Amino acid sequence: MSLFTPVTGIEQPSKTDLPVLKPFNASAAGMADDLLFSRWLGGMPPWLPLVFFAIVILWPTLSWAQSTYSTGDAFSALQRWLPFLMLHGFLFNIIISVLTMLLGTIAGILLGLGQVSPRLSVRRFSWFFTQLFRNSPWLVLLFIVMLSFPFQIEIGSLVIPVPDWTKAVIGLSLPIMANISEIVRGGILSVPTGQWEAAESLAYSRRQTLQLVILPQCFKRMIPPWMNWYAILTMATPLVSLLGVEELITLSRQAMESENNHPELLLPFYGFALVIFFAYCYPIARYTLRLEKRFAVKQ
Amino acid sequence: MTNNGWTPDQPLVSIKDVYKSFGELEVLKGVSLDIMQGEVICIIGPSGSGKSTLIRCVNALNTINSGSITVEGQEVHDPGLDKLELRKKVGMVFQQYNLFPHKTALENIMMAPIKVLKQSEGEVEERARKLIKRVNLVGKEDSYPGELSGGQQQRVAIARSLAMNPDVMLFDEVTAALDPETVNEVLLAIKDLAKDGMTCILVTHEMGFAREVADHIYFTDRGIIVEHGPPATFFKEAKDPRTQEFLSQIL
Repeated sequence: MSLFTPVTGIEQPSKTDLPVLKPFNASAAGMADDLLFSRWLGGMPPWLPLVFFAIVILWPTLSWAQSTYSTGDAFSALQRWLPFLMLHGFLFNIIISVLTMLLGTIAGILLGLGQVSPRLSVRRFSWFFTQLFRNSPWLVLLFIVMLSFPFQIEIGSLVIPVPDWTKAVIGLSLPIMANISEIVRGGILSVPTGQWEAAESLAYSRRQTLQLVILPQCFKRMIPPWMNWYAILTMATPLVSLLGVEELITLSRQAMESENNHPELLLPFYGFALVIFFAYCYPIARYTLRLEKRFAVKQ
Repeated sequence: MTNNGWTPDQPLVSIKDVYKSFGELEVLKGVSLDIMQGEVICIIGPSGSGKSTLIRCVNALNTINSGSITVEGQEVHDPGLDKLELRKKVGMVFQQYNLFPHKTALENIMMAPIKVLKQSEGEVEERARKLIKRVNLVGKEDSYPGELSGGQQQRVAIARSLAMNPDVMLFDEVTAALDPETVNEVLLAIKDLAKDGMTCILVTHEMGFAREVADHIYFTDRGIIVEHGPPATFFKEAKDPRTQEFLSQIL
């Protein structure tokens, strides 16, 4: 006999009914898959990309030994372009990722709360958009936003230009929003239903229950998957180069063109991109795993 | 106070012909009982007989299908019911304690009066400390629920409910999840409440305790009240064979 009393909006009983959150098993809490990327990346030894890079350095000397343009030349070209690539390229990847995460998180929290709303229509609506954007290819979403948004907005005589990178931020924040929405929903569902009942029996309103009882308990649990999505997002920012937005990969390609497109340039330039992304995301992944472990024991 | 002309000489909680089902499963099939102010009643019976469901209907955690439940004259089975107003009058303690794990014992007790009743923090803290003393937990004010034993947590839960100054308290098998050696400390706290004149509805398996504190005992089985009476006669002269069987198994 199921005596579960549905808390409006919470459509399934919590998987745990422990009164106090005992050490919680991350792999059983329904968010394990959300950390797939961080687990994979964080599990790598830190010297691995350096080995890649070493291979990158050695390989072209063997393949194109006859060419007059040597690997050494290619590396001095990279060295010349380096400050430009970092300042006008990678920095933009970071800015795009931070802004996207900010926008995606705010929208995602609202959508996630919508998914547990007491009103069925709000719940269905939020669920639909969460599933829609979570299961669409990012590049398709980017193209839709890029092509359907105007390049400028005219309000009377005022013309506000909409630069490409803002559209890229909006396009990327859609799947992020949907995934954050799922993290929020999963976090709320991970709190035992007894907590809802206790709060309700003390005459808390629904808003107070969420604000004072439920969210503070699941907030910590949401941080690791949230950071995991930030790492994934950062890795995905080069997608916007396909749309001509200036970032590391776009500029690397332009730099190589201006260096006469020698094939020897390919591996140093893209190898550099690989290493710099790794250097940025690897600590995030490691830290995510550490937080996950810490929150799993305490609580 | 709009209490529909309710006066203390009428039942504080009145349950009349209540039916409740979860989907296909009928849990309550016409249950009626009255509780006067200051009275302590115990509901006993085999598992799955609808005891817990019944008291969860009193503070509208569960809704009923038909019948009537009134608390101080206020109909609970009413779609326009102000649940929050009702729950300010009805305290509840759960089998699983359900303390808020991210708050200390004292904060658990103080939170609802401050946030829900909007009382001043100083006054609430004073009352909370008195309650801590009353449930014999001095020194545990700043402990988190995870650091307390089951019995201690349950006493905090009782104090948390009392901090709202309810008119009636519901106890849903509050000792069922406890280690045998901590059961007694919780029962003592409840006994103390009962002595003070708090109206209590208890669902329990502790027959000795029921006999000692209850003014009236109700035996439920398969969704109906089979038999009831004051403890003195109930335990000695049970008439219904189902009651006799249950008592013989448990005593």
